[in-house]
Order: sequence, then C-alpha cells, then structure tokens
Amino acid sequence: MTGSEILELGGSTARVSTPLLFAALGGWVSERSGVINIALEGLMLVGAFAAASCAHVTGSPWMGALGGMMAGAALAGVYAFTVIPLRANQVVAGTAINMLAAGITPLLGAYLFDSTSGTPSLPASARFHSAPIWIGVAVVGLGWVWTRYTRTGLWVRFAGENPEALDAAGVRVARVRWVAVLVSGALAGMGGSSLSIFLASSFSRDMTAGRGFMALAALIFGKWKPVPAALACLLFGFFDALQIRLQGLSFGNGLPIPVQFIQVLPYAVTILVLAGFVGKSSAPKALGM
Amino acid sequence: MSGILKRLLQPFLAVALGLALGLGIAALGGDSAWVILKALLNSAFGSRYDFGMTLFYSAPLVLTGLSVAMGLEAGLFNIGAEGQMGLGALAAAAVGIGFPGVPWPLAPALAVFAAFLAGATWGAIPGWLRAKRGSHEVIITIMMNFIAAGVASYFTLYVFKAPHSQNSETSSVAAAYLIHPFAFFMDAPVSAALLLSLVIAGGTALFFRRTVAGYELRAVGANEMAARFAGIDVGRSQLLALTFAGGIAGLAGIPEVLSASGRFRMGFSPGYGFMGIAVALLGRRRAMGIIAAALLFGALQKGTAYLELDTQHVTRDLSQILQALVILSVSADGLWRWLKNDRL
Amino acid sequence: MKKNSLESFAPFAVEMKGIRKAFGGCVASRDIHLQVKAGSIHAIVGENGAGKSTAMKMLYGMLKPDAGEIWIRGEKRRWRSPQDAIRAGIGMVHQHFMLAGPYSVLENIILGDEPRLALGWIDRKAAREKLEALSARYKLTLPWDQEVAALGVGMQQRIEIIKLLYRNASILILDEPTAVLTPQETAELFVQLRRLRDEGKTVLLITHKLKEVLELSDEVTVFRGGEVVGHRLTQNTNADDLATLMVGRKVNLRAEVPPPPQLGEAVLQVPELGFEVRAGEIVGIAGVEGNGQSELLAGLPRGFAGFIPEDRHREGLLLDRPVSESFVLGHQRRKPYGHRFCGIWMLDRAAIETEYARAAEEYDIRPRSPQVNARDLSGGNQQKVIFAREMGLRGGKAPELLVAAQPTRGVDVGAIELIHARMIQVRNEGTGVLLVSSELEEVMALSDRILVIYGGKIVARFARGEADEHKIGFYMGGGVA
Repeated sequence: MTGSEILELGGSTARVSTPLLFAALGGWVSERSGVINIALEGLMLVGAFAAASCAHVTGSPWMGALGGMMAGAALAGVYAFTVIPLRANQVVAGTAINMLAAGITPLLGAYLFDSTSGTPSLPASARFHSAPIWIGVAVVGLGWVWTRYTRTGLWVRFAGENPEALDAAGVRVARVRWVAVLVSGALAGMGGSSLSIFLASSFSRDMTAGRGFMALAALIFGKWKPVPAALACLLFGFFDALQIRLQGLSFGNGLPIPVQFIQVLPYAVTILVLAGFVGKSSAPKALGM
Repeated sequence: MSGILKRLLQPFLAVALGLALGLGIAALGGDSAWVILKALLNSAFGSRYDFGMTLFYSAPLVLTGLSVAMGLEAGLFNIGAEGQMGLGALAAAAVGIGFPGVPWPLAPALAVFAAFLAGATWGAIPGWLRAKRGSHEVIITIMMNFIAAGVASYFTLYVFKAPHSQNSETSSVAAAYLIHPFAFFMDAPVSAALLLSLVIAGGTALFFRRTVAGYELRAVGANEMAARFAGIDVGRSQLLALTFAGGIAGLAGIPEVLSASGRFRMGFSPGYGFMGIAVALLGRRRAMGIIAAALLFGALQKGTAYLELDTQHVTRDLSQILQALVILSVSADGLWRWLKNDRL
Repeated sequence: MKKNSLESFAPFAVEMKGIRKAFGGCVASRDIHLQVKAGSIHAIVGENGAGKSTAMKMLYGMLKPDAGEIWIRGEKRRWRSPQDAIRAGIGMVHQHFMLAGPYSVLENIILGDEPRLALGWIDRKAAREKLEALSARYKLTLPWDQEVAALGVGMQQRIEIIKLLYRNASILILDEPTAVLTPQETAELFVQLRRLRDEGKTVLLITHKLKEVLELSDEVTVFRGGEVVGHRLTQNTNADDLATLMVGRKVNLRAEVPPPPQLGEAVLQVPELGFEVRAGEIVGIAGVEGNGQSELLAGLPRGFAGFIPEDRHREGLLLDRPVSESFVLGHQRRKPYGHRFCGIWMLDRAAIETEYARAAEEYDIRPRSPQVNARDLSGGNQQKVIFAREMGLRGGKAPELLVAAQPTRGVDVGAIELIHARMIQVRNEGTGVLLVSSELEEVMALSDRILVIYGGKIVARFARGEADEHKIGFYMGGGVA
C-alpha cells in the first residue's frame, strides 16, 4: 500500500466512523442516566430519513441535520414515554422502536416521495462535506466536560449509578432520564443524518444496517466512557472503510474474493471485540432499572 | 377485576391500542382508517385461500415465537431468530439438492433435522459467547443475523445457484422432499409443516413442565445468582437455551422450502425472526399464547401484503409498524397504573 | 438538656395526625399520630413491617399519604417531593446509603444543591469552603476528593450526616443507622447525635434495637402493624415494656440456651481461617459486615450442607416463580423430585407439591398454597421456605452441617423465634451449625463458641459467656489486645 492509499484509508475511516460516533455518544448519555438504548438503530434510521427529506426540501444540509436531530429526539420521546413513566422493559421497547422506525420510514417515503425504497438524490450543495467529522470531535469533548463539571452532568451520572440518591437529594430522576434520552435521540439522529446527507446522497431503506448496535458495542468496549468509546468507533469505522476498499479484490490466483465475505467483516469484528471484552463492572450500576 | 379475567383482558386491550395507533398513523396518508381495517380483514380472512395464507404465515411465527420465548425463559434476548431461520432454510434446501436419492418420508425428516442443526449451531455461538465470555447476546445475535445473510447469499449465488433463474434463489429440492399442501386451502401452501409448529410448541411446554433441564433453565432466567448458588451450571443452561432457540428458529423456514417454493429464496422472510419477538411477548411465553399470537401476526402479515392495491397510499410496511406498536403497548406494564393516575 | 418553662408552649418539630397509606390493598400505615419535640432525640421502634419506614418516607416526601396531615414547627405542610421536605429543613439518612460509589465525597454531598457559576458550572471552591466550615463546627472530617467506594461504612454514614447539615436540615431522620456499625462506631455516632441535639437539631431515630433506644433517646414511639401503639418518655420505660408493646404479647428476651448435649466429629474445617465446626455445636462468627464474611461463605463447600444465604432475594429465591419452585431449588435432581427416565432427568411436580405442603404445615408458612409467587410472601415466610428447603436435605433428616448467614435479617419476631428454636433443635440432634451474623446479640445468644472476624481474619475466640458485648465489639472494630 502506498502512502497516499494509507492516507485515503485514514480519511475514509474518519468519515465512516462519524455516524457511529454520534450514535455512540447518544447511547452514552442515555446509558449513563440508567436507560439502556437498544433503540439507537431506529433513532439513527428516522434521523437519516428526516435529514435527507429536509435537505431535499430546503436545499441546506444544516436544515437537514436539524430535521434529523428533531426526528431522532421525537422517536426517542416515544421510547422515553414507554420506558420511564410506563416502565416497559427497556430491551423489549427498544427493539419495538427499531421495528417502528424500519416500518415508518418506507411508509413516510411512500407518502412524501411515492417511493418506499428511499428519498430523492441530493445535489452536492445540499450535502455535508466534512463538517460532521469536526462537529463529532467537538461533541465528544463537550460531553466529557459537561458530565464532569456541570450540575446537570452530575445528575445524569447519579441517575445511572444510584437513582435513589438523586431522588433523595430532591432531583427528579424521571426528568433527568427524559432529558438524557431525548438528547440521546438527537445525537443518534445526527448520526443518521451524517449517514444520509454526508456519507451518502439520499436515504435508502434500512441504510443503518446495524450501525446502531455497533455504536452500542463501541460504548461497551469503551467502558461507557466517551473518549474510549470514540476510539472504539474509529476501530469499527476502520474495518468498515477496509471492507469498502477490499471489494473487488482478488485472491492470489486471480479468483475474486466473494463480496459477501468482505461485507460481513465489520459485523465479525464487532463480535470478536465483544467476545474479547471481559467484565461488566464498568457499566452504570442502575442501568436498565 | 378478577385475576384471570385481567390477565386475558390486558393483552387484548394492548393489542387493540397498538392497532388503533397504527391505523391512525396509516390514516395520515389520506386513506380512512376504516377502509384500511376492512382491507386488512378481508385480505386475511376473506376466502379459504386468504385464510390459508394467514395460516402459512403463522406457522413460522409459532416457531420463531417459541425460539424467542426459549431465550427469554433463560433471561436471554434472542434477536437472532431471523438469521437462525435463514440458515435453517438454507440447510434444508442444501440437503434437498445435495441428496436427491433419499426416499420419502425419510427425505423431509432429514431436511427438518438439517434445518434444526444449522439453526442450533447459529444459536450456540452467541450462547457460548454469553456463557463463557459474558458477551451481550443482543448485539451478538444482531451481528449474527448480518453474517447469516452474507453466508446465505454466498451459498445461494455461488454454490446452489439455480442455473436459469434471474432471481437470487437456489435450484429446486428433489421431489421426495416436498410436503404437499392441503387441498382445502386452494393454492395456499399450508401443509403438514404447520403441524410441525404445533408439535414443537407442545414439546417445549413438556420440556419446561416435565424436565429438570427445563426447570433449571427457567431458574437461571428467574434468578441467575440463586441458580448458581444452588449448584446449577448457569453457563450450560444459557448455552442450552440459545442452542434450542436457534434450532427451533431453524425449523421456521421448513414450510417455505418444503411446501411453498421448494427451494431457498433470498429474502423469503418478511421478518419472521423479528416478529417472533412480538409473538413471544404477546403470548406471554406460553405455548397456547404463542400459537394465538402467531395467528394474529400471521393475519396482520397477510392482511397488509396487498395494501398497496387496496388503498391509495398505505404500503405493506404498515405490518411492521403495527407489530412495533403492539409490542410497545403490551410491554408497557405501567400503562394501567399510569392511566389510573398513580404517578409518583 | 436544659429544660425551661417555655418548652411546653413551643410547637412540635414534627407532628403527624391521622396519617394513612395503603399500597394496593395492603394497608402499610393506618391512623398514625406522632409528636416530636424540637431539640430532642426521638426513637421510633417497631418490628420489621411495622410501618416505621413507610411513615418516615411520608414525612420526607418520598411517599404521599392517602389521608392525614403533617405539621412541621406548627405549620401544616404538604410535600410534592422530597425537595419540599428538604426545603423545610428535613433530612434523612437511609438504611441503604444514598451514595454513588465511583464518585467523590464532595460530589455525593453537594448533589442536588450544587453551588454554581454561569452555565450550570459547579463552583467546587465554594462547595469546599462550606464543607470545611461545617466539618469544623461539628467535628466531622472527611476526605473530600476520595472515591466513596474506597471508604468504610462508618465514613460513608458520616457523609450522609454531613449531607443533611450541608442542606441546613434541622430535623434529622436516621433509619437503622447502627445496623452496619461496630459497637465502637455506634458509640461514636451517638456522641455525634447528642452533639447535634445540643446544637438544637431534632433527631428521629428508627431502630429495632431496644438497648440503643434506652441509651440514646429522650422519647420513644412504638409502631406495630402499621399503627402507633404507644408513646413513652425514655426515662419512664424499660426493655420489657417496649418489647411487649412492639410484639403485642410478652416475649422472652433472654431465652436460655442449654449447653450442647455432646460434641461429635468435625463436620467442617476451614484451615485458611483456622477453625472447625463439630457436630452438635453452634459456632458463631461475629463481625461488622464486609470483613470477609462473604468471602468465607463463598469458599464453603455446597451440596452436602444446608445453606441459608446472606441475601435471600438475590441468592436464595426465584421471586417471580411459584414458591414451590424456590422450595426445590438446588434439589431438583434429588429424590423424590427428580429421576432419570431414558437418560433424561425428569421433574416430578406432584412430589414437589406434596413435599411443599408438608413443609408449609411444619414451618407454618403462610399462605400455604404452592402456587403463589415467592415475592408475595413476607420476609419471615420466605426465610421459612429456605429453612425448610435446607433442613430437609435427605428425606427430612437434618443435614450434617448447617450454614446460616444473617438468618433473621428482615424477619418478624415470630419467625425469629421459630428459626432460633429450630437451630438449637438441630444442634441437639447432632448437626454442626455455623452462624454468621452481624447482629451481635444473636451471635451471643445462640453460639456455643464465638469467633470474631475482622479484615478477613479470625482475631478473637470466646466460649459461650466468656466475653461481653464490649469485649467482642473491641475486636470487631479491629482492636488488638
């Protein structure tokens, strides 16, 4: 591999990591507050759809991202409503949210654009070029500072570690978790946006393809800390970028490597990483309760 | 309200609520909710053929529902039924193609066995990772679904490819493998494969009621630490649960491969594996409940299949929305309390 | 305490009038009347489940009463949340500490009342200055930047008390504060509480230990079955009087335990700690929780011994399954429950129900039905289920060894009496019993030999009656002779 190829691979790693990064940060906020977020996948998906739709209508990627974040937050609101006041099992409700997103995006596509397979293709002016990468890096830093140095950040940490303590201190745990889940939805929505209006030029059906779950895996691998989780996202992003590069490559004898084997690479890496990760001790204590 | 009535009434109300919400969403497109509902019912139960198709969709759902329930009883969430089913179907087709000389009725039995084995293997991997490494089974089973799709795609396109077909499908299995559909349902491919689902449902009920392994598996799900203290091999129970769950899900492709198309077609599943989650939850993990829930979701699947034709805008994607909303309303235990305004 | 004539006209610090609270159909508090004088230490005593904690949670705004009134310093108040109660100067130290282990002492104290700069930024400097001032005034020092998980329970309790002072609480509620302390730490806590009272604070002490009531409090209110059944000035009462009120009948506080009839072979040897348990004796392990008891228990052999786990909910029961399933847990492969059929272990549900019915009768487990979920039984009945299970290991014969960890924790007096009587009975029949308990009174009452555990080691050994509470407490606190 030449120098420029390595540089190129690095660049595309940064790009394909961005959706994961936002989603992992979203998962981090939610899980730090004690709410498991299996729903990241669905939140990303509606974010991706809304972003592509808004960018198509307004012609601005910024309006697109705003739409994506709002859609993510809105669906996260449904999730929060079922798990916080209604106390649904978080894994079950999260799975349902994923199904809801998978069903509602093509249906809305049919309503709005008369197509269940995706949104119209966007011109370059309605897409991002590199901004999401920098925003992502900034959000990691901000998130770290926020939980460490501000009172709301302190509350989120306690909500996930010992919610009774927070309650006894007179702070409403439910309210803290509501806000955390909504923020989580907005971040996952931003992750979806960077998928549809940054990496791609339109929304296509089921385009998240498990990235929400990979983000969750990155969070676990990063021991629920923002910077290590971000690095784990880069690792997954690298294998995704590698997978894209390897397609069309041949074995030594000239036979092409079946594309299926290459495409499953990121999923296989996720499994290996989770299998290699031992110890549950770093999870927030009140997670899922 | 008396206990038993409440237990029966709650799921019904939850289903009604979920369906009402879903129809409301569907009506946003401009069709009236009433028209959509009528189209749904007509398409699911309108004729012997329609009802037959509903049953055809229900049979795999009983199995994926049982599969998810098996995991849940051990405290594990198997979202991998989709992939386990896919590989099971592929294995059944592979046997049917690879060993054409096997006589009936050994042939279909062999295919069923292969399907179970393939699904069980695919379930055992996350089971083993969970038992030995404590890996998050939800994420692992999801990833396994993607890998299963890749594996199935490879075998379909490179190994068992139908020579003259434009579609992504294998060639046909040998005739001795086919289980012929009942004539009563006209052209609907409902066959004795439906009975397989019911037999497995009865089998799992017996497993939990009568065997020590079933008791231990449930004990692990009910309280992992207490089970460990009582000397139960927790890891073995978890591995067993996901292996069985995988095997049962593996059988879910049998009606398709041996009765409907006689081959493995990529994308044959409308998401049976994921629908199994809804079936297991709504059926409260009991055999009878799962069968009833599978019928409901089978009807939903059939009912939404031609919505594009019967309505102006609504598409078959409504099915997934309805399922999701039913799961949400069924799982929201606190709804009743919340409605009674006992908020703290 | 100085008394003056004005006091009788001063409003009560706390007054509860006709308070009622029900959960579902179960009445936890009925018609509670309580009056607490300002600047006093007022003990609230009662058995487990008597409704003490429920009443205090309502006073603190964590629960809403269904009926009745709460008056604070002569004013009628209604709480929407604990925040309201905190603003009115009420603070509570909960039985399970409200602390988050991975975070610093300072963060734990200021939670919910953080001094702040712009943008919600926490003003750590201001917080620290306020804490230093408090700690100087009340002589309570703490390492502000340490992780809470790294501190001992005594220190953690101190954090909880400073938390209240930080919020300017003038009415302090302490829920079973001595449960996790050594006698020495308890004595230190009492000094601090008296100092707080003398500074004008009002202290409500929830406890079931009568000795502490008599030692520390000015007045006592007794709860039973969700009601207030008596109120006394401490100087006018004694332990027997209070115990009778608490239980509703005469109880014998000092049951005589006869010496063991005869000692047999060793049935358990623990060379790492250098002790053994012989057939026919009760060996008690005294010690403050977290000094190696859990490690000791985890290292013991299972299977042949009866085992009463420390935490029955986590380690002993299948709470959301029918209670008969908890009853066979661990014995599902033994006769008559399990048998092999064609190589597969089958479960005999009929045998389980028969055996359960027998045990429920023998141990008076209520309700008798094998179908109710274990969760729906009271603590005492749950413990009886576990006792019945562990005692009847081999066809109803008591096991050679019984390990009982915290056997009477969260259990009502009736069940305590039954459990203690059964332990002595099986000892007399030749079972070796290892009792691990943080209730020193229980260990002293039952044990033929007492071993004191501290820091993972046995630091002292006594025969029955050889040492008093102070001597044992000295070793429990890590004292070296």
